Amino acid sequence: MSLIAVVTVFVLAVFVGLEVIAKVPQTLHTPLMSATNAIHGVILVGGLLVMGSADSTGMQALGAAAVLFGTLNVVGGFVITDRMLEMFKTKRRGGGK
Amino acid sequence: MNQATIDFAYLATAVCFILSLKLMNSPLTARKGNWTAMIGMAIAIVATMFSPGIRAENLGLIAAVVAIGSIGGYFSAKKIEMTAVPQMVAVLNGLGGGAVALVALFEFLHGSQQGVQPDMVQSVTTVLSAIIGSMSFSGSMIAFAKLQELLPGRPLTFKGQQVFNFLLLVVVLALALAIVAFGQATVPIFVGLLIASLVLGVSGVTPIGGADMPVVISLLNSFTGCAAGLAGFVLMNTALLIGGGLVGASGLILTLLMCTAMNRTLGNVIFGGVGNVVTSSGNSALAGKQPKSYSCEDAAILMTNSNSVVIVPGYGMAVAQAQHQVKEMAGKLMAMGIDVKYAVHPVAGRMPGHMNVLLAEADVPYEQLYELEQINPLFAETDVVLVIGANDVVNPAARYDKGSPIFGMPILDVDKAKTVIVMKRSMGAGFAGVDNELFVMDNCVMVFGNAKSSVAKISTALDQY
Repeated sequence: MSLIAVVTVFVLAVFVGLEVIAKVPQTLHTPLMSATNAIHGVILVGGLLVMGSADSTGMQALGAAAVLFGTLNVVGGFVITDRMLEMFKTKRRGGGK
Repeated sequence: MNQATIDFAYLATAVCFILSLKLMNSPLTARKGNWTAMIGMAIAIVATMFSPGIRAENLGLIAAVVAIGSIGGYFSAKKIEMTAVPQMVAVLNGLGGGAVALVALFEFLHGSQQGVQPDMVQSVTTVLSAIIGSMSFSGSMIAFAKLQELLPGRPLTFKGQQVFNFLLLVVVLALALAIVAFGQATVPIFVGLLIASLVLGVSGVTPIGGADMPVVISLLNSFTGCAAGLAGFVLMNTALLIGGGLVGASGLILTLLMCTAMNRTLGNVIFGGVGNVVTSSGNSALAGKQPKSYSCEDAAILMTNSNSVVIVPGYGMAVAQAQHQVKEMAGKLMAMGIDVKYAVHPVAGRMPGHMNVLLAEADVPYEQLYELEQINPLFAETDVVLVIGANDVVNPAARYDKGSPIFGMPILDVDKAKTVIVMKRSMGAGFAGVDNELFVMDNCVMVFGNAKSSVAKISTALDQY
Protein backbone atom coordinates (compact mmCIF):
# COMPACT_ATOMS: atom_id res chain seq x y z
CA MET A 1 0.00 0.00 0.00
CA SER A 2 1.24 3.46 -0.76
CA LEU A 3 1.84 5.85 2.11
CA ILE A 4 -0.82 8.25 0.95
CA ALA A 5 -3.41 5.45 0.81
CA VAL A 6 -2.54 4.48 4.39
CA VAL A 7 -2.75 8.07 5.61
CA THR A 8 -6.09 8.49 3.82
CA VAL A 9 -7.54 5.43 5.53
CA PHE A 10 -6.37 6.62 8.95
CA VAL A 11 -7.59 10.20 8.56
CA LEU A 12 -11.00 9.05 7.32
CA ALA A 13 -11.28 6.61 10.24
CA VAL A 14 -10.55 9.47 12.66
CA PHE A 15 -13.26 11.62 11.10
CA VAL A 16 -15.82 8.84 11.21
CA GLY A 17 -14.88 8.28 14.87
CA LEU A 18 -15.47 11.95 15.64
CA GLU A 19 -18.83 12.03 13.85
CA VAL A 20 -20.38 8.77 14.95
CA ILE A 21 -20.09 9.44 18.69
CA ALA A 22 -21.51 12.93 19.15
CA LYS A 23 -25.09 11.88 19.93
CA VAL A 24 -24.61 9.19 22.57
CA PRO A 25 -26.85 9.68 25.65
CA GLN A 26 -25.07 9.87 28.99
CA THR A 27 -26.56 6.57 30.12
CA LEU A 28 -24.45 4.83 27.53
CA HIS A 29 -21.14 6.53 28.24
CA THR A 30 -19.73 3.76 30.40
CA PRO A 31 -20.80 0.93 28.06
CA LEU A 32 -19.50 2.93 25.12
CA MET A 33 -16.14 3.51 26.75
CA SER A 34 -15.99 -0.18 27.47
CA ALA A 35 -16.94 -1.09 23.89
CA THR A 36 -14.38 1.23 22.30
CA ASN A 37 -11.89 -0.20 24.77
CA ALA A 38 -12.63 -3.64 23.35
CA ILE A 39 -12.35 -2.35 19.78
CA HIS A 40 -8.83 -1.03 20.26
CA GLY A 41 -8.04 -4.60 21.23
CA VAL A 42 -7.80 -4.96 17.45
CA ILE A 43 -4.08 -4.55 18.23
CA LEU A 44 -4.42 -8.31 18.70
CA VAL A 45 -4.22 -8.48 14.90
CA GLY A 46 -0.82 -6.79 15.16
CA GLY A 47 0.19 -9.19 17.92
CA LEU A 48 -0.80 -12.19 15.79
CA LEU A 49 1.16 -10.87 12.81
CA VAL A 50 4.35 -10.28 14.77
CA MET A 51 4.11 -13.50 16.76
CA GLY A 52 3.46 -15.41 13.56
CA SER A 53 6.61 -13.99 12.02
CA ALA A 54 8.79 -14.83 15.04
CA ASP A 55 11.84 -16.96 14.23
CA SER A 56 13.46 -17.33 17.63
CA THR A 57 12.29 -18.26 21.12
CA GLY A 58 12.87 -14.76 22.45
CA MET A 59 10.81 -13.17 19.71
CA GLN A 60 8.10 -15.82 20.12
CA ALA A 61 7.88 -14.95 23.81
CA LEU A 62 7.65 -11.23 23.03
CA GLY A 63 4.96 -11.85 20.43
CA ALA A 64 3.12 -14.19 22.80
CA ALA A 65 2.97 -11.47 25.45
CA ALA A 66 1.46 -9.06 22.91
CA VAL A 67 -1.09 -11.69 21.81
CA LEU A 68 -2.02 -12.51 25.41
CA PHE A 69 -2.52 -8.83 26.31
CA GLY A 70 -4.50 -8.23 23.13
CA THR A 71 -6.74 -11.26 23.65
CA LEU A 72 -7.50 -10.27 27.25
CA ASN A 73 -8.34 -6.76 26.03
CA VAL A 74 -10.69 -8.00 23.30
CA VAL A 75 -12.49 -10.81 25.12
CA GLY A 76 -12.69 -9.11 28.52
CA GLY A 77 -13.82 -5.85 26.90
CA PHE A 78 -16.63 -7.35 24.85
CA VAL A 79 -17.90 -9.62 27.63
CA ILE A 80 -18.08 -6.85 30.22
CA THR A 81 -19.80 -4.51 27.74
CA ASP A 82 -22.34 -7.19 26.94
CA ARG A 83 -23.02 -7.73 30.65
CA MET A 84 -23.74 -4.05 31.10
CA LEU A 85 -26.00 -3.78 28.07
CA GLU A 86 -27.84 -6.97 28.96
CA MET A 87 -29.10 -5.20 32.07
CA PHE A 88 -30.62 -2.37 30.09
CA LYS A 89 -32.39 -4.93 27.96
CA THR A 90 -34.00 -7.05 30.70
CA LYS A 91 -35.15 -3.93 32.45
CA ARG A 92 -36.84 -2.50 29.38
CA ARG A 93 -38.71 -5.70 28.70
CA GLY A 94 -39.76 -6.24 32.31
CA GLY A 95 -40.82 -2.64 32.85
CA GLY A 96 -39.83 -2.99 36.48
CA LYS A 97 -41.48 -6.22 37.58
CA MET B 1 -5.30 -16.58 1.52
CA ASN B 2 -3.79 -13.84 -0.55
CA GLN B 3 -3.37 -10.32 0.74
CA ALA B 4 -6.29 -8.97 -1.31
CA THR B 5 -8.73 -11.41 0.32
CA ILE B 6 -7.39 -10.53 3.75
CA ASP B 7 -7.71 -6.80 3.05
CA PHE B 8 -11.27 -7.43 1.93
CA ALA B 9 -11.96 -9.16 5.25
CA TYR B 10 -10.47 -6.15 7.05
CA LEU B 11 -12.89 -3.94 5.12
CA ALA B 12 -15.75 -6.04 6.50
CA THR B 13 -14.24 -5.56 9.97
CA ALA B 14 -14.10 -1.79 9.48
CA VAL B 15 -17.76 -1.71 8.40
CA CYS B 16 -18.73 -3.76 11.47
CA PHE B 17 -16.83 -1.40 13.81
CA ILE B 18 -18.45 1.71 12.36
CA LEU B 19 -21.94 0.14 12.43
CA SER B 20 -21.26 -0.94 15.99
CA LEU B 21 -20.47 2.59 17.18
CA LYS B 22 -23.56 3.82 15.34
CA LEU B 23 -25.77 1.22 17.06
CA MET B 24 -24.23 2.15 20.42
CA ASN B 25 -25.93 5.55 20.17
CA SER B 26 -29.23 4.20 21.48
CA PRO B 27 -29.96 1.94 24.45
CA LEU B 28 -32.34 -0.03 22.23
CA THR B 29 -29.66 -1.13 19.80
CA ALA B 30 -26.54 -0.88 21.95
CA ARG B 31 -26.26 -4.58 22.69
CA LYS B 32 -26.58 -5.39 19.02
CA GLY B 33 -23.83 -2.86 18.45
CA ASN B 34 -21.49 -4.65 20.80
CA TRP B 35 -22.20 -7.93 19.03
CA THR B 36 -21.53 -6.31 15.67
CA ALA B 37 -18.11 -5.21 16.89
CA MET B 38 -17.45 -8.74 18.13
CA ILE B 39 -18.27 -10.16 14.71
CA GLY B 40 -15.97 -7.60 13.10
CA MET B 41 -13.19 -8.54 15.47
CA ALA B 42 -13.68 -12.25 14.80
CA ILE B 43 -13.45 -11.67 11.05
CA ALA B 44 -10.20 -9.72 11.47
CA ILE B 45 -8.65 -12.37 13.70
CA VAL B 46 -9.56 -15.30 11.45
CA ALA B 47 -8.35 -13.48 8.34
CA THR B 48 -5.07 -12.60 10.05
CA MET B 49 -4.42 -16.24 10.88
CA PHE B 50 -4.35 -16.95 7.13
CA SER B 51 -1.90 -14.15 6.49
CA PRO B 52 1.09 -15.23 4.37
CA GLY B 53 3.48 -13.75 6.96
CA ILE B 54 2.40 -16.25 9.65
CA ARG B 55 4.79 -19.17 9.90
CA ALA B 56 3.08 -22.54 10.16
CA GLU B 57 5.27 -23.64 13.08
CA ASN B 58 3.99 -20.74 15.20
CA LEU B 59 0.30 -21.54 14.71
CA GLY B 60 0.03 -24.03 17.58
CA LEU B 61 1.62 -21.66 20.05
CA ILE B 62 -0.57 -18.79 18.86
CA ALA B 63 -3.70 -20.90 19.32
CA ALA B 64 -2.59 -21.81 22.84
CA VAL B 65 -1.94 -18.20 23.86
CA VAL B 66 -5.22 -17.00 22.35
CA ALA B 67 -7.07 -19.78 24.20
CA ILE B 68 -5.47 -18.83 27.52
CA GLY B 69 -6.22 -15.15 26.97
CA SER B 70 -9.82 -15.86 25.94
CA ILE B 71 -10.53 -18.02 28.95
CA GLY B 72 -8.87 -15.55 31.31
CA GLY B 73 -10.66 -12.57 29.76
CA TYR B 74 -14.05 -14.30 29.66
CA PHE B 75 -14.09 -15.48 33.25
CA SER B 76 -12.67 -12.34 34.80
CA ALA B 77 -15.22 -10.23 32.90
CA LYS B 78 -18.06 -12.57 33.93
CA LYS B 79 -17.05 -12.64 37.58
CA ILE B 80 -16.32 -8.98 38.20
CA GLU B 81 -18.83 -6.99 40.26
CA MET B 82 -20.64 -4.26 38.35
CA THR B 83 -19.26 -1.70 40.82
CA ALA B 84 -15.73 -2.63 39.76
CA VAL B 85 -16.33 -2.00 36.06
CA PRO B 86 -14.25 1.21 35.96
CA GLN B 87 -11.23 -0.62 37.40
CA MET B 88 -11.72 -3.48 34.95
CA VAL B 89 -11.88 -1.11 32.00
CA ALA B 90 -8.70 0.56 33.27
CA VAL B 91 -6.85 -2.76 33.40
CA LEU B 92 -8.09 -3.91 29.99
CA ASN B 93 -7.13 -0.57 28.50
CA GLY B 94 -3.68 -0.85 30.03
CA LEU B 95 -3.25 -4.32 28.55
CA GLY B 96 -4.20 -2.97 25.12
CA GLY B 97 -1.62 -0.21 25.49
CA GLY B 98 0.94 -2.75 26.63
CA ALA B 99 0.20 -4.90 23.59
CA VAL B 100 0.83 -1.93 21.29
CA ALA B 101 4.16 -1.19 22.99
CA LEU B 102 5.18 -4.86 22.71
CA VAL B 103 4.30 -4.95 19.01
CA ALA B 104 6.38 -1.80 18.48
CA LEU B 105 9.29 -3.32 20.42
CA PHE B 106 9.01 -6.50 18.38
CA GLU B 107 9.07 -4.63 15.09
CA PHE B 108 12.03 -2.56 16.25
CA LEU B 109 14.05 -5.61 17.32
CA HIS B 110 13.05 -7.49 14.19
CA GLY B 111 14.22 -4.58 12.04
CA SER B 112 17.54 -4.22 13.82
CA GLN B 113 18.19 -7.98 13.66
CA GLN B 114 17.60 -7.96 9.93
CA GLY B 115 19.83 -4.94 9.63
CA VAL B 116 17.29 -3.16 7.43
CA GLN B 117 17.03 0.60 7.71
CA PRO B 118 13.36 1.38 8.32
CA ASP B 119 12.05 4.34 6.36
CA MET B 120 11.13 7.56 8.07
CA VAL B 121 7.39 6.83 8.40
CA GLN B 122 8.06 3.38 9.84
CA SER B 123 10.51 4.63 12.38
CA VAL B 124 8.38 7.61 13.47
CA THR B 125 5.24 5.51 13.90
CA THR B 126 7.13 2.73 15.69
CA VAL B 127 8.56 5.22 18.17
CA LEU B 128 5.23 7.00 18.68
CA SER B 129 3.26 3.81 19.22
CA ALA B 130 5.92 2.63 21.68
CA ILE B 131 5.69 5.90 23.67
CA ILE B 132 1.89 6.19 23.70
CA GLY B 133 1.34 2.47 24.29
CA SER B 134 3.72 2.43 27.28
CA MET B 135 2.22 5.58 28.80
CA SER B 136 -1.24 4.14 28.40
CA PHE B 137 -0.15 0.90 30.06
CA SER B 138 1.44 2.40 33.16
CA GLY B 139 -1.08 5.25 33.44
CA SER B 140 -4.00 2.80 33.31
CA MET B 141 -2.44 0.64 35.99
CA ILE B 142 -2.13 3.68 38.29
CA ALA B 143 -5.75 4.57 37.52
CA PHE B 144 -6.71 1.00 38.43
CA ALA B 145 -4.76 1.19 41.70
CA LYS B 146 -6.48 4.44 42.62
CA LEU B 147 -9.98 3.14 41.87
CA GLN B 148 -9.27 -0.12 43.67
CA GLU B 149 -7.95 2.00 46.55
CA LEU B 150 -4.58 0.27 46.50
CA LEU B 151 -3.26 3.80 46.18
CA PRO B 152 -4.87 6.74 47.99
CA GLY B 153 -7.44 8.50 45.81
CA ARG B 154 -6.12 11.95 46.63
CA PRO B 155 -3.58 13.49 44.27
CA LEU B 156 -0.07 12.29 45.08
CA THR B 157 2.31 15.11 44.47
CA PHE B 158 5.82 16.01 45.47
CA LYS B 159 7.76 19.21 45.30
CA GLY B 160 8.89 20.01 41.80
CA GLN B 161 6.64 17.40 40.22
CA GLN B 162 5.71 19.64 37.31
CA VAL B 163 9.41 20.24 36.63
CA PHE B 164 10.13 16.52 36.95
CA ASN B 165 7.35 15.65 34.48
CA PHE B 166 8.54 18.28 32.08
CA LEU B 167 12.12 16.99 32.21
CA LEU B 168 10.84 13.45 31.74
CA LEU B 169 8.95 14.56 28.65
CA VAL B 170 12.13 16.18 27.35
CA VAL B 171 14.03 12.91 27.93
CA VAL B 172 11.35 10.94 26.04
CA LEU B 173 11.42 13.36 23.13
CA ALA B 174 15.24 13.39 23.07
CA LEU B 175 15.42 9.59 22.96
CA ALA B 176 12.73 9.52 20.27
CA LEU B 177 14.64 12.07 18.19
CA ALA B 178 17.88 10.14 18.65
CA ILE B 179 16.21 7.09 17.12
CA VAL B 180 14.29 8.82 14.38
CA ALA B 181 16.54 11.63 13.26
CA PHE B 182 20.07 10.87 14.42
CA GLY B 183 20.44 7.24 13.44
CA GLN B 184 20.80 6.05 17.04
CA ALA B 185 18.34 3.20 16.56
CA THR B 186 20.05 0.94 19.06
CA VAL B 187 18.33 -1.50 21.40
CA PRO B 188 19.42 0.24 24.66
CA ILE B 189 18.06 3.58 23.46
CA PHE B 190 14.73 2.02 22.45
CA VAL B 191 14.43 0.20 25.79
CA GLY B 192 15.33 3.47 27.53
CA LEU B 193 12.53 5.14 25.57
CA LEU B 194 10.05 2.49 26.72
CA ILE B 195 11.11 2.86 30.36
CA ALA B 196 11.00 6.67 30.28
CA SER B 197 7.50 6.49 28.73
CA LEU B 198 6.34 4.06 31.41
CA VAL B 199 7.58 6.41 34.13
CA LEU B 200 5.89 9.34 32.39
CA GLY B 201 2.58 7.44 32.44
CA VAL B 202 2.94 6.88 36.20
CA SER B 203 4.01 10.40 37.10
CA GLY B 204 1.37 11.88 34.80
CA VAL B 205 -1.53 10.09 36.50
CA THR B 206 -0.49 10.06 40.18
CA PRO B 207 -1.08 13.81 40.68
CA ILE B 208 -4.66 13.48 39.41
CA GLY B 209 -7.32 12.91 42.08
CA GLY B 210 -9.37 9.71 42.20
CA ALA B 211 -12.56 11.60 41.35
CA ASP B 212 -11.13 12.44 37.95
CA MET B 213 -10.04 8.87 37.14
CA PRO B 214 -12.96 8.24 34.74
CA VAL B 215 -11.78 11.12 32.58
CA VAL B 216 -8.23 9.81 32.76
CA ILE B 217 -9.30 6.30 31.76
CA SER B 218 -11.33 7.67 28.89
CA LEU B 219 -8.37 9.74 27.74
CA LEU B 220 -6.00 6.77 28.02
CA ASN B 221 -8.57 4.73 26.09
CA SER B 222 -8.25 7.28 23.32
CA PHE B 223 -4.44 7.09 23.65
CA THR B 224 -4.44 3.33 23.21
CA GLY B 225 -6.67 3.75 20.16
CA CYS B 226 -4.20 6.23 18.63
CA ALA B 227 -1.28 3.95 19.46
CA ALA B 228 -3.04 0.99 17.81
CA GLY B 229 -3.72 3.15 14.75
CA LEU B 230 -0.04 4.13 14.60
CA ALA B 231 0.88 0.46 14.86
CA GLY B 232 -1.26 0.12 11.72
CA PHE B 233 1.28 2.32 9.92
CA VAL B 234 4.13 0.17 11.23
CA LEU B 235 2.54 -3.04 10.02
CA MET B 236 0.73 -1.49 7.03
CA ASN B 237 -2.48 -3.02 8.31
CA THR B 238 -5.89 -1.47 7.58
CA ALA B 239 -7.71 -3.25 10.42
CA LEU B 240 -5.38 -1.57 12.91
CA LEU B 241 -5.49 1.78 11.12
CA ILE B 242 -9.29 1.92 11.10
CA GLY B 243 -9.99 0.30 14.49
CA GLY B 244 -7.32 2.42 16.18
CA GLY B 245 -8.32 5.63 14.40
CA LEU B 246 -12.00 5.16 15.29
CA VAL B 247 -11.27 4.60 18.97
CA GLY B 248 -8.65 7.33 19.15
CA ALA B 249 -11.19 9.85 17.84
CA SER B 250 -14.33 8.61 19.58
CA GLY B 251 -12.43 8.21 22.87
CA LEU B 252 -11.41 11.84 22.69
CA ILE B 253 -15.02 12.97 22.08
CA LEU B 254 -16.19 10.84 24.99
CA THR B 255 -13.49 12.36 27.22
CA LEU B 256 -14.61 15.88 26.32
CA LEU B 257 -18.25 14.94 26.99
CA MET B 258 -17.25 13.75 30.45
CA CYS B 259 -15.36 16.96 31.14
CA THR B 260 -18.44 18.95 30.09
CA ALA B 261 -20.54 16.96 32.56
CA MET B 262 -18.17 18.07 35.33
CA ASN B 263 -17.95 21.63 34.01
CA ARG B 264 -14.19 21.34 33.70
CA THR B 265 -11.75 21.62 30.87
CA LEU B 266 -9.51 18.72 29.97
CA GLY B 267 -6.43 20.80 30.81
CA ASN B 268 -7.86 21.54 34.24
CA VAL B 269 -8.44 17.85 34.91
CA ILE B 270 -4.93 16.83 33.93
CA PHE B 271 -2.96 19.70 35.43
CA GLY B 272 -5.44 21.19 37.90
CA GLY B 273 -5.19 18.56 40.62
CA VAL B 274 -8.60 18.67 42.35
CA GLY B 275 -8.09 18.18 46.05
CA ASN B 276 -4.70 19.85 46.06
CA VAL B 277 -6.21 22.57 48.19
CA VAL B 278 -8.45 20.84 50.67
CA THR B 279 -9.20 23.75 52.97
CA SER B 280 -11.40 26.43 51.52
CA SER B 281 -13.11 29.53 52.77
CA GLY B 282 -16.46 27.78 53.13
CA ASN B 283 -15.14 25.60 55.92
CA SER B 284 -15.19 28.37 58.51
CA ALA B 285 -18.99 28.37 58.40
CA LEU B 286 -18.93 24.69 59.33
CA ALA B 287 -16.84 25.22 62.41
CA GLY B 288 -18.61 24.32 65.62
CA LYS B 289 -21.74 22.98 63.93
CA GLN B 290 -22.53 19.34 64.56
CA PRO B 291 -24.58 17.19 62.20
CA LYS B 292 -27.83 15.70 63.50
CA SER B 293 -27.69 11.95 63.67
CA TYR B 294 -30.86 9.91 63.07
CA SER B 295 -31.60 6.23 63.47
CA CYS B 296 -32.90 4.18 60.56
CA GLU B 297 -36.33 4.00 62.23
CA ASP B 298 -36.48 7.81 62.49
CA ALA B 299 -35.61 8.04 58.82
CA ALA B 300 -38.37 5.55 57.98
CA ILE B 301 -40.96 7.58 59.89
CA LEU B 302 -39.81 10.75 58.15
CA MET B 303 -40.34 9.17 54.76
CA THR B 304 -43.72 7.61 55.53
CA ASN B 305 -44.99 11.06 56.53
CA SER B 306 -43.98 12.56 53.21
CA ASN B 307 -45.65 12.78 49.82
CA SER B 308 -42.56 12.68 47.69
CA VAL B 309 -39.12 11.12 48.06
CA VAL B 310 -36.14 11.61 45.78
CA ILE B 311 -33.35 9.06 46.11
CA VAL B 312 -29.83 10.26 45.24
CA PRO B 313 -27.63 7.20 44.82
CA GLY B 314 -23.87 7.66 44.95
CA TYR B 315 -20.75 5.61 44.95
CA GLY B 316 -21.31 4.60 48.58
CA MET B 317 -24.48 2.81 47.50
CA ALA B 318 -22.56 1.13 44.73
CA VAL B 319 -19.68 -0.18 46.86
CA ALA B 320 -22.13 -1.44 49.47
CA GLN B 321 -24.01 -3.27 46.67
CA ALA B 322 -27.18 -1.74 48.09
CA GLN B 323 -29.03 -1.17 44.81
CA HIS B 324 -31.36 -4.15 45.35
CA GLN B 325 -32.25 -3.06 48.91
CA VAL B 326 -32.87 0.46 47.62
CA LYS B 327 -35.20 -0.87 44.95
CA GLU B 328 -37.07 -2.91 47.56
CA MET B 329 -37.40 0.07 49.91
CA ALA B 330 -38.59 2.28 47.05
CA GLY B 331 -41.20 -0.34 46.21
CA LYS B 332 -42.60 -0.21 49.74
CA LEU B 333 -42.73 3.58 49.67
CA MET B 334 -44.58 3.54 46.36
CA ALA B 335 -47.04 1.01 47.73
CA MET B 336 -47.87 3.66 50.37
CA GLY B 337 -48.70 6.09 47.61
CA ILE B 338 -45.50 8.09 47.98
CA ASP B 339 -43.98 9.46 44.80
CA VAL B 340 -40.43 8.08 44.37
CA LYS B 341 -37.86 9.38 41.93
CA TYR B 342 -34.16 8.70 41.49
CA ALA B 343 -31.83 11.61 40.79
CA VAL B 344 -28.81 10.45 38.85
CA HIS B 345 -25.90 12.86 38.70
CA PRO B 346 -23.86 12.64 35.48
CA VAL B 347 -20.78 11.48 37.37
CA ALA B 348 -22.51 9.48 40.10
CA GLY B 349 -20.72 6.22 40.63
CA ARG B 350 -17.29 6.44 39.18
CA MET B 351 -18.00 6.89 35.50
CA PRO B 352 -20.65 8.76 33.55
CA GLY B 353 -23.55 6.37 33.18
CA HIS B 354 -22.12 3.98 35.75
CA MET B 355 -25.03 4.59 38.15
CA ASN B 356 -27.56 3.89 35.40
CA VAL B 357 -25.92 0.52 34.88
CA LEU B 358 -26.08 -0.29 38.60
CA LEU B 359 -29.73 0.76 38.91
CA ALA B 360 -30.51 -1.21 35.78
CA GLU B 361 -28.97 -4.22 37.49
CA ALA B 362 -31.54 -3.79 40.28
CA ASP B 363 -34.41 -3.49 37.77
CA VAL B 364 -35.25 0.12 38.59
CA PRO B 365 -37.60 1.32 35.82
CA TYR B 366 -36.26 3.96 33.43
CA GLU B 367 -39.21 6.29 34.06
CA GLN B 368 -38.12 6.83 37.66
CA LEU B 369 -34.61 7.94 36.72
CA TYR B 370 -34.19 11.70 36.45
CA GLU B 371 -31.17 13.52 35.13
CA LEU B 372 -29.69 16.58 36.75
CA GLU B 373 -31.49 19.19 34.62
CA GLN B 374 -34.85 17.47 35.03
CA ILE B 375 -34.71 16.99 38.78
CA ASN B 376 -33.11 20.20 40.04
CA PRO B 377 -36.24 22.37 39.60
CA LEU B 378 -38.27 19.71 41.45
CA PHE B 379 -36.26 19.66 44.70
CA ALA B 380 -38.05 22.70 46.14
CA GLU B 381 -41.33 20.73 46.07
CA THR B 382 -39.78 17.56 47.43
CA ASP B 383 -40.48 16.50 51.02
CA VAL B 384 -37.58 14.11 51.60
CA VAL B 385 -34.36 13.59 49.72
CA LEU B 386 -32.49 10.42 50.59
CA VAL B 387 -28.80 10.74 49.71
CA ILE B 388 -27.19 7.31 49.75
CA GLY B 389 -23.42 7.42 49.82
CA ALA B 390 -23.07 10.50 47.63
CA ASN B 391 -21.05 13.49 48.74
CA ASP B 392 -19.34 15.77 46.25
CA VAL B 393 -22.28 15.76 43.82
CA VAL B 394 -24.56 17.27 46.49
CA ASN B 395 -22.08 19.76 47.96
CA PRO B 396 -23.66 23.26 47.82
CA ALA B 397 -20.18 24.82 47.92
CA ALA B 398 -19.85 23.95 44.23
CA ARG B 399 -22.45 26.66 43.51
CA TYR B 400 -20.79 29.64 45.15
CA ASP B 401 -17.48 28.93 46.87
CA LYS B 402 -14.79 30.00 44.43
CA GLY B 403 -12.15 28.60 46.79
CA SER B 404 -13.57 25.11 46.60
CA PRO B 405 -11.86 22.69 44.25
CA ILE B 406 -15.23 21.53 42.97
CA PHE B 407 -16.49 25.07 42.32
CA GLY B 408 -18.50 25.18 39.12
CA MET B 409 -19.33 21.48 38.98
CA PRO B 410 -23.07 21.07 38.37
CA ILE B 411 -24.59 19.58 41.51
CA LEU B 412 -27.94 18.20 42.60
CA ASP B 413 -29.62 20.97 44.62
CA VAL B 414 -30.80 18.63 47.38
CA ASP B 415 -30.44 21.33 50.03
CA LYS B 416 -33.53 23.02 48.55
CA ALA B 417 -35.76 20.14 49.66
CA LYS B 418 -37.70 20.24 52.96
CA THR B 419 -35.63 17.50 54.56
CA VAL B 420 -32.46 15.78 53.44
CA ILE B 421 -31.43 12.42 54.87
CA VAL B 422 -27.80 11.63 54.17
CA MET B 423 -26.60 8.06 54.57
CA LYS B 424 -22.86 7.83 55.00
CA ARG B 425 -20.35 5.60 56.65
CA SER B 426 -18.73 8.50 58.49
CA MET B 427 -18.22 12.24 58.32
CA GLY B 428 -15.20 11.65 56.06
CA ALA B 429 -14.69 13.82 53.01
CA GLY B 430 -15.72 12.62 49.56
CA PHE B 431 -13.54 11.47 46.72
CA ALA B 432 -12.51 15.03 45.92
CA GLY B 433 -11.31 15.50 49.51
CA VAL B 434 -13.66 18.41 50.25
CA ASP B 435 -15.79 18.99 53.36
CA ASN B 436 -19.53 19.25 52.80
CA GLU B 437 -21.55 21.94 54.55
CA LEU B 438 -24.79 20.22 53.57
CA PHE B 439 -24.32 17.81 56.46
CA VAL B 440 -24.65 20.50 59.12
CA MET B 441 -27.50 22.42 57.49
CA ASP B 442 -30.71 22.77 59.51
CA ASN B 443 -32.80 20.69 57.13
CA CYS B 444 -30.29 17.84 56.98
CA VAL B 445 -30.05 14.72 59.12
CA MET B 446 -27.42 11.99 58.95
CA VAL B 447 -27.84 8.24 59.16
CA PHE B 448 -24.42 6.73 59.77
CA GLY B 449 -23.55 3.21 58.74
CA ASN B 450 -23.11 0.90 55.79
CA ALA B 451 -25.59 1.80 53.05
CA LYS B 452 -26.79 -1.75 52.53
CA SER B 453 -27.62 -2.51 56.16
CA SER B 454 -29.08 0.97 56.75
CA VAL B 455 -31.40 0.72 53.77
CA ALA B 456 -32.39 -2.80 54.78
CA LYS B 457 -33.22 -1.54 58.30
CA ILE B 458 -35.34 1.31 56.91
CA SER B 459 -37.06 -1.18 54.66
CA THR B 460 -37.88 -3.43 57.63
CA ALA B 461 -39.10 -0.43 59.63
CA LEU B 462 -41.41 0.53 56.76
CA ASP B 463 -43.20 -2.80 57.11
CA GLN B 464 -44.72 -1.55 60.36
CA TYR B 465 -46.67 1.16 58.59
